[in-house]
Amino acid sequence: MSILVTASQALVGLFVDDGSLAVAILVIVLVSGILSIVMPDMPLVAGAMLLIGCLAVLFANVMKAAQE
Amino acid sequence: MIWTTAAPAVTTAFLSSLVEAVEALTIVLAVASVRGWRPAALGALAGLALLLLIVVALGPLLNRVPLHALQLVIGVLLLLFGMRWLRKAILRAGGVIALHDEGIAFATETEELRDQARQQETRLDWLAGLASFKAVVLEGLEVVFIVIAVGAGRGLGGPGSLGALAACLVVAAFGFVIHRPLERVPENTLKFAVGIMLSAFGVFWTGEGLGVPWPGEDLAIVAIAALFLLIALAAVALTRPRVGAFP
Repeated sequence: MSILVTASQALVGLFVDDGSLAVAILVIVLVSGILSIVMPDMPLVAGAMLLIGCLAVLFANVMKAAQE
Repeated sequence: MIWTTAAPAVTTAFLSSLVEAVEALTIVLAVASVRGWRPAALGALAGLALLLLIVVALGPLLNRVPLHALQLVIGVLLLLFGMRWLRKAILRAGGVIALHDEGIAFATETEELRDQARQQETRLDWLAGLASFKAVVLEGLEVVFIVIAVGAGRGLGGPGSLGALAACLVVAAFGFVIHRPLERVPENTLKFAVGIMLSAFGVFWTGEGLGVPWPGEDLAIVAIAALFLLIALAAVALTRPRVGAFP
């Protein structure tokens, strides 16, 4: 049983370490998805949002962690 | 197969597998040093068999998922996974958190097994084998995910698997020859590079899943990786003075 718990924790840990980073990434993906739906003629806007958003989220998260 | 997609996929699979294989080898060697090669090897082989089962079970399932949905799901998971690696590698490179030390990991695992030996001698072979099994499965799961993730969107599972297998064989050969943890592997540099590539793949696949026509098609992965590298290097440079690690 304990190995199953460990395996489950490890599986979640693969993707989520800092919860705020994970949430921020999901929000960026969600906003990009909404943009791709409301602006179907300009799909690159969603791509730009995704790319710039992820870069910004990473940078901000690292800076915040360094300050703490 | 387009080399601009295949080369980053194979390189990413190889480098990430190298990191994970080194970590698994440390535990397997610790088990072998305390209890001998038999439980260490049996545990490791059982772990490899379970990983093989997971791959065999997941492979056909992935082929049934529509491509855009697969790209979106894999892309988001890659973003979460890759940016987690990259964040940690940046913080380690900046001196904010300590570097992972295989020597310390080896000593810790060895001490834990010796403690267990003192407490329950009769079950030790079983516990030692289990420690080896867990190390291979837990580190191997990351390898399996990376190989599936970087290969799924373009049918590059085969080349990705070969890259991962090559890395595991290299590490296993070194471990077999020197019988010590591979402490000189520049683990954080590898994680930094792999984190950048996985994040770039994550943005690319997620975008593809959302219907984004990336300029330059597959070449966009290289451009996205370059942007992640730029931001990561800037973050390392900015975090260093803040914690006084490199005055």
